[in-house]
Amino acid sequence: MNLPLSAQLINLLAALMLLLAFGMLAQRRILTLIHLFAMQGAVLTANTFVVAFSSAQTHLYYSAVLTLVLKVIVLPWILHRLIDRLNIRWDVETLINIPTIMLVGIVLVILSFNLALPISELAGTVNRSTLGIAMAAVLLAMLMMITRRKAVPQVIGFLAMENGLFFAATSATYGMPMIVELGIALDVLVGTFIFGIFFFQIRETFDSLDIHHLEKLKEK
Amino acid sequence: MELLLVLGIPLAGAALLAAVGHRGRAPEVNVLMSLLTFAAAASLTTRVIADGPLLALNELFFVDAFNVFLVTLTAFVGFTTSLFSRPYMRIEAERGRLSPKRLRLYHSMYQMFSFTMLLALLTNNIGILWVALEGATLATVLLVSLYRTPASLEAAWKYFILCGVGIAQALFGTILLYLAAERVLGAGGTALLWTHLNEVKGSLEPTVLSIAFVFLLVGFGTKVGLVPLHNWLPDAHAEGPTPISAILSGLLLNVALYAIVRNKVLVDGALGGDLAGNLMMGFGLLSVVVSAFFLSRQRDIKRLFAYSSIEHMGLATFAFGMGGTVATFAALLHMTVHSLTKSAIFFAVGHAAQKVGTQVIDDIRGLINVSPAVGWGLMIGGLAILGIPPFGVFASEFLILTTAMHDHPWATPILLVSLAVAFASIFSKVQAMVFGESTGQRLPHRPAALPVFAHLAIVLLLGLYVPPYLAQWYRQAAQMIG
Repeated sequence: MNLPLSAQLINLLAALMLLLAFGMLAQRRILTLIHLFAMQGAVLTANTFVVAFSSAQTHLYYSAVLTLVLKVIVLPWILHRLIDRLNIRWDVETLINIPTIMLVGIVLVILSFNLALPISELAGTVNRSTLGIAMAAVLLAMLMMITRRKAVPQVIGFLAMENGLFFAATSATYGMPMIVELGIALDVLVGTFIFGIFFFQIRETFDSLDIHHLEKLKEK
Repeated sequence: MELLLVLGIPLAGAALLAAVGHRGRAPEVNVLMSLLTFAAAASLTTRVIADGPLLALNELFFVDAFNVFLVTLTAFVGFTTSLFSRPYMRIEAERGRLSPKRLRLYHSMYQMFSFTMLLALLTNNIGILWVALEGATLATVLLVSLYRTPASLEAAWKYFILCGVGIAQALFGTILLYLAAERVLGAGGTALLWTHLNEVKGSLEPTVLSIAFVFLLVGFGTKVGLVPLHNWLPDAHAEGPTPISAILSGLLLNVALYAIVRNKVLVDGALGGDLAGNLMMGFGLLSVVVSAFFLSRQRDIKRLFAYSSIEHMGLATFAFGMGGTVATFAALLHMTVHSLTKSAIFFAVGHAAQKVGTQVIDDIRGLINVSPAVGWGLMIGGLAILGIPPFGVFASEFLILTTAMHDHPWATPILLVSLAVAFASIFSKVQAMVFGESTGQRLPHRPAALPVFAHLAIVLLLGLYVPPYLAQWYRQAAQMIG
């Protein structure tokens, strides 16, 4: 099969994206998790650049720059500051049953490829085949949020989900209109700040960032 | 012009109160800003009634019969809630539950929340609608945890995470919708504008739109509080300050439902079938049934009425799902009367809980002796929300039930049983709280009785007589939604 260079690059980046999603799912160190998240942002930026170049969509260059600034620089920087101030830089989380989680992850990937198939046939973009991977990245991030017991990894999962959605937008439609993308970026940024405030509030009240303290409100 | 004022006043209010929100007169500033917003919304409404639908600023904003009534309602309830919040938050502050810094956050975010709600309603761009709804979550999440109790932190965290995940699904749905739209309208700004999409909805790709709608319904449905995505709702209502419970129930749920219905119009046009309607009926019916049975188990007064909100939003979703002019008319009326009644109830509940110093239903007794205004407010509000004639809720529920009997006879007994169960649970609890030996104390500030009775009077009026211009709006909107 002879694909043009750009298409090969896009496929490579999509594969990296999926790999990183799995990496985050299994990673127990908070610091490494943030590195992985920043790397996913970098892959996302590179992908947006390649798609922008090969499809000659100028507005995608702006959104690539936006991704670079927000997801590779600002958000990881905020997260680094947070874990420093909370003094949990070297925290290791106990994750039970990583093999099972991985297997569930693989099932999710197959599922999303199936779900994406009819949609990606309709998309007219150069990188439509990667829509399945984008969907898988979203679902894997959700799985990560479900399996984590600590607040910071849960939030990284939340942000990774946003990465997956952004990847989906680029592969299905060459990105959303600029005004919407700016709005989403603003929401994500403000959201991260609020999460940060929350970490301190939770820590002040419970003396730990373990989510199991937050499971008291239930129907009796 | 009015449109810019409607959006600009709350935004300016948020900035102003971010600076002076901790001063003694901040509650009055909050009331003034909300009153100005309401005035601007009223004048926008009269203009839309006179001139018909309005597109403004590069088609970025769109006002028609459907959203203009919600804009007025949102601005009105925003204003009356600010009236209630004035004595309520003063008492809370004097009891030492809130520091000046938190009061400043509260007042500023109150205005910010109004802004995001109004932006979500007025925008023509489906992407901005998403952004505004997410913004509304962000504005309220720190308010739910305002008291910093362990329970309130948990409620806020749950609210944030669940609504965050939910709204991410809605974003995926929006991306898929854009994918379908782009093929018809071309890439760029216009492919997410609702007015453009509405014109070409017949030629949008059905497969993509049906998948998109599932994601949109699950996503925005989380915010409406549809079962089984409702977990955040009772906690957030119970643990936050009561004015926030009132605007969450009265406004946010409505606006989230509005987002679903806007998208449903497009999906119906593309599919031609009942897929969207059936999904909404299913979720709506499930919400009514589950919440009705949870009602009797509630011990916290605010959780009780939070479940009642799930029930009523489920009923409205069900009615929108049935479709047709009558059912949609009923759903719109139901949204209006539920929003007014429920916020009135929360006003009364807020003062009642302050009087006895607890939200536990068993400890609240004899309200009518301590404060006739609060007691009668809760009693009448309780009767109104249960659909006793001649209140407006009765009219809308009656319309929904008769339409269901005609179109979907199988659903009627389920609805009737649920409504009866809800009636029994709420009525017995409210009656016990209002009458009996009193346990309360006097409050340092006069409770805000005006907003409670103003809302209930409007609900009563709507039950007896829907003014012709209002009926005209509802009919126009109902025809458009179909």
